Amino acid sequence: MEWIKPNINFDFVGKMKPAFVLSIALIVISIASIVWHGGLNFGIDFAGGTLIQIKFQEEPSPDRIRSAFRAIGLTDSVIQKIGENEVVVRTAATQSDMGGLSDRIAESLASIQGKDTFEIRRVEVVGPKVGKDLTKKAILALVFSWIGMLIYIAWRFELLYAVGGILALVHDTVISIGALSLLDKEFTLTIVAALLTIVGYSINDTIVVFDRIRENARKNLKQPLREVINTSINETLSRTILTSFTVILVLLTLFFLGGAVIHDFAFVLLVGIAIGTYSSIFIASPIVLLFEEFKPTRSRGKSR
Amino acid sequence: MMSGIKWRAALAVAICLGALFFLTPTLVADLPTFWNDHLPTDKIHLGLDLQGGMHLVLEVDTDKAVDGTLLRTAGDLKETLMSKRVRFRQTQAAKTGLITYELPDGASRTAFEKVLKDNYPDIEVAVSEAREGREVVSLKINDKRSGEIRKLAVEQSLETIRNRVDQFGISEPEIIPQGDDRIIIQLPGIKDTQRAKNLIGRTALLEFKLVNEEYSVDEALRGNVPEGSMILHESRLDRESGRRIDTPILLKSATLMTGESLESAKVQISDRFGEPHVAIKFNAQGAKEFERITGANVKRRLAIVLDGVVHSAPVIQERIGGGNAQITGAFTMDEARDLAIVLRAGALPAPVKILEERTVGPSLGQDSIDQGMWSILVGGILVIIFMMIYYRWAGVAADFAVILNIIIILGALAAFRATLTLPGIAGIVLVIGMAVDANVLILERVREELRSGKTPRAAIEAGYGKAFLTILDSNVTTLIAALFLFGFGTGPIKGFAVTLSIGIVVSMFTAIFVTRIIFDYFVWNRKIQTVSV
Repeated sequence: MEWIKPNINFDFVGKMKPAFVLSIALIVISIASIVWHGGLNFGIDFAGGTLIQIKFQEEPSPDRIRSAFRAIGLTDSVIQKIGENEVVVRTAATQSDMGGLSDRIAESLASIQGKDTFEIRRVEVVGPKVGKDLTKKAILALVFSWIGMLIYIAWRFELLYAVGGILALVHDTVISIGALSLLDKEFTLTIVAALLTIVGYSINDTIVVFDRIRENARKNLKQPLREVINTSINETLSRTILTSFTVILVLLTLFFLGGAVIHDFAFVLLVGIAIGTYSSIFIASPIVLLFEEFKPTRSRGKSR
Repeated sequence: MMSGIKWRAALAVAICLGALFFLTPTLVADLPTFWNDHLPTDKIHLGLDLQGGMHLVLEVDTDKAVDGTLLRTAGDLKETLMSKRVRFRQTQAAKTGLITYELPDGASRTAFEKVLKDNYPDIEVAVSEAREGREVVSLKINDKRSGEIRKLAVEQSLETIRNRVDQFGISEPEIIPQGDDRIIIQLPGIKDTQRAKNLIGRTALLEFKLVNEEYSVDEALRGNVPEGSMILHESRLDRESGRRIDTPILLKSATLMTGESLESAKVQISDRFGEPHVAIKFNAQGAKEFERITGANVKRRLAIVLDGVVHSAPVIQERIGGGNAQITGAFTMDEARDLAIVLRAGALPAPVKILEERTVGPSLGQDSIDQGMWSILVGGILVIIFMMIYYRWAGVAADFAVILNIIIILGALAAFRATLTLPGIAGIVLVIGMAVDANVLILERVREELRSGKTPRAAIEAGYGKAFLTILDSNVTTLIAALFLFGFGTGPIKGFAVTLSIGIVVSMFTAIFVTRIIFDYFVWNRKIQTVSV
C-alpha cells in the first residue's frame, strides 16, 4: 500500500507565507484564550487544593455534595461528572496543614448522603507550598528540555537548524497549551508530561526532515537550498504521515479507553502530535531557509 | 554471512528469553520452589495509582527543632550565669530563634560574654544594642550548629517514622527524604488513611509536669498566669454524652521527665471498665528518676502531657519504684495501640506538617489497570494490523519487533525494579505507536532504494545504512525530553518517563537489529528475489 506516491512534489516551501500566517493566528488565539480565561486553569498540582473522586451507588445530587462541602467551610467546590455515578470534586487550598481535610469531607458527606452509599476512590491534597515548587520545576523542565535539544541539534547539525527546530517546538507547546485553555481543561502534572512528550516527538519529526536536507544538500551542492528543502520534505513526507498516523491511532485508543485520568493527557498529545507534524513540515525547515537567506554564506549541512 | 545471522539471531533470542525470565514471577502465579529459592521473584512493581495506597509529603518544622535546642540551652545558661553571679534579666525575644537578655552595665556584659565564650560555643550574639544605659543582647544558635540540628531533626524524624510504620505493619512502605526538610512516605494498600496519618504525623512528645495547685485556674485564665506556669487543657471523654470535654489546667512549666527514658509501652485492658490504657515502663535510669520525682512530690498531682494535651493528672499517693506507669484517657483499642506504637518508636524531634497527600483506593487502581491493559491491547492490535496492510511481509517483521518491544520493556521494568504507573502504561501505548517509526523510516528507505533499481539485497543494505543515523538522531532527542521528564517528575510521571525511555532504546534495538535479522535471513538464506515491502 502507498498513501503518498513516490513522485510527489508538493511546493511546501512555497506555502511558507500562508503557513506562517496560520501559525501566528493559532498562537495569537492561544495567548488570547489564556488571557481571556484569566490565566491557565491550574489543577491542584500547581494551585494547591483538594481533589476527591467519589463513586456513588446511585445518581448523586450535586447540591447535596456541595452542601456537604459547605458544611465544613469549603465554599467554592467544583463538581465534575466523570462517569456513571462518579464525580470529581475540587476545592481550592485554604489551609496550610492539609492533613485531616479529606477525612472531614468524608465525614460530612456521610452525614448528608448517608453512610456506605458512596466510596471515596481518590484523594489528592496539595498544599500551596508544594504547588509552587511543582510549578517552578515544570517550567524549568520544559525550558531545559528546549535547551537540551538546542545543544544536541546544534552539535549534530548546525545552530540555524537548532534554532528552527526549537522555534517549531515553542510553537507546538504554545498551541497545545492554547487548545487546553480554549476548552478550559485543567493544567496538571500529567499535562506537563504530555507537553514534554510533544517536545520529544515533534523534534523527532523535525530531525528526520533535517537529516534528509543534510543528505540531499551534500549530494547536490549546486541546487538552491529552497529546492533542497522542498525535495527533502517531499521525500520524507510518507514517513512523516505514516508515523504520525500510527501514533495518533494509539492515542485515540488511549483517549477513548484509557479512563478519566488519562483522558486529558491523551487529548493534549493528540493536539500536540498533529501540530508537531504540521510544524515539522511547514515551520521548522522554512525557518531555516529564512535564516539562510539573511545570511549569504551558504554553509549548509555541516559534515558530521 | 549465514554464521553472522546465526549469532545475531542467538543474541536476539537470548535477550527475549532474558526478558521473559524476569517477567516469569509476574506472569506465573505459583512459582516452583527452586525458582523462589534461587531466582529473582520480583513482580513488576506497581505504582500507588495502580495498586492503591497513600502518598504523603511531610515537612519537618526544623525551625522548631532549632528553637527547642535554643530554649534548652537558655535554661542551662541561666543556671551558669547565676552560679557565676552575673546580673542579667531574660526578656521577651523579638522573634523566634532568638533569646534576649538585658544586662545592667558593661561589666555584666563582659562577664556574660565570657561565660558564653567559655561554655557555649554553639551560641552567638545575633543583635546587641544599648538601651537606656543597659545592654540588650539577643542570642541565637550559630549557623553551623543550627544546620546540624536541622539535618539531625530530619534524619531522626525519618528514622522515627520508619519505626512507627514498621510497627504498624504495612508491607513495602517507602520512606525517603526529599530536599532539605521533606519526607516522602508511600504506603501501598493502606485502608485506614486517617489512622495512618495520625500515627505518622503526631509528634508524640510525652512530658511529665507538676500541677500548680497553689494558684487558681480561673485567676490564670483571666490572664494572670504566674511565672513559671502554663495553662494546658485536659481532654476527657464524658461517658454519658460521648463527647470530649476540655478542662483547663494550670501546670508548672518545668518538664520533670520526657518519654525519652521509656523502655517499652504496651496496651493493657484495665479491670474496672474493660477499657484499654497504655502501660509504660521506664529504663533503669528513668525508673530511678521517676522514683525520685514521685518521692519528692507525694500528695501532689503529676500531669501526663502528650503533645501539649493533658491526658491525666493523678495525685501521687506514694513513691513509685520499678519505673511503671500508665496513661489512661478513654482510648479506643486502636487509639491505645497507636499510642503505644508512637511511644515505643519515640517522639519526633520536631513537628511535621502534611504538605501533600494522594490516596488512591484499590478499586480505582484495579479499574486503571484494566483500562490500561485494554488500551495496550487495542492500540497494539490496531498498529499491528495497519503495518501488515501497509507493508505486507515487511510489516509482519515490524510487528514482530513491536511485540518483542513490549516484552522487553516489561522485562526491563521487572529486572530494574522500576515502578509501573498509569501514565507508565500510557507510555507503553505511546511507544507502540512510536516504535514502528524506526521501522517505517527503514522500510520507506528500502522502498526508495528499490525504486531506484537496486536489487533487494542492496536495497535493504542501503535502507538500513541510511536510516540508521536518522533513527539515532531523532531518538536521542526524544530521549533527552524523557530524561528531563524523569528529573522533573513525581511518582506517576516518573513512571511515564521510565517506560518511554526504555521503550525508545528498545525500539531502536528491535527495529535496527532484530528486523534486520529477519530480512537478511530471507534475502541470504532463502535467496528471495523480490521483497514484499
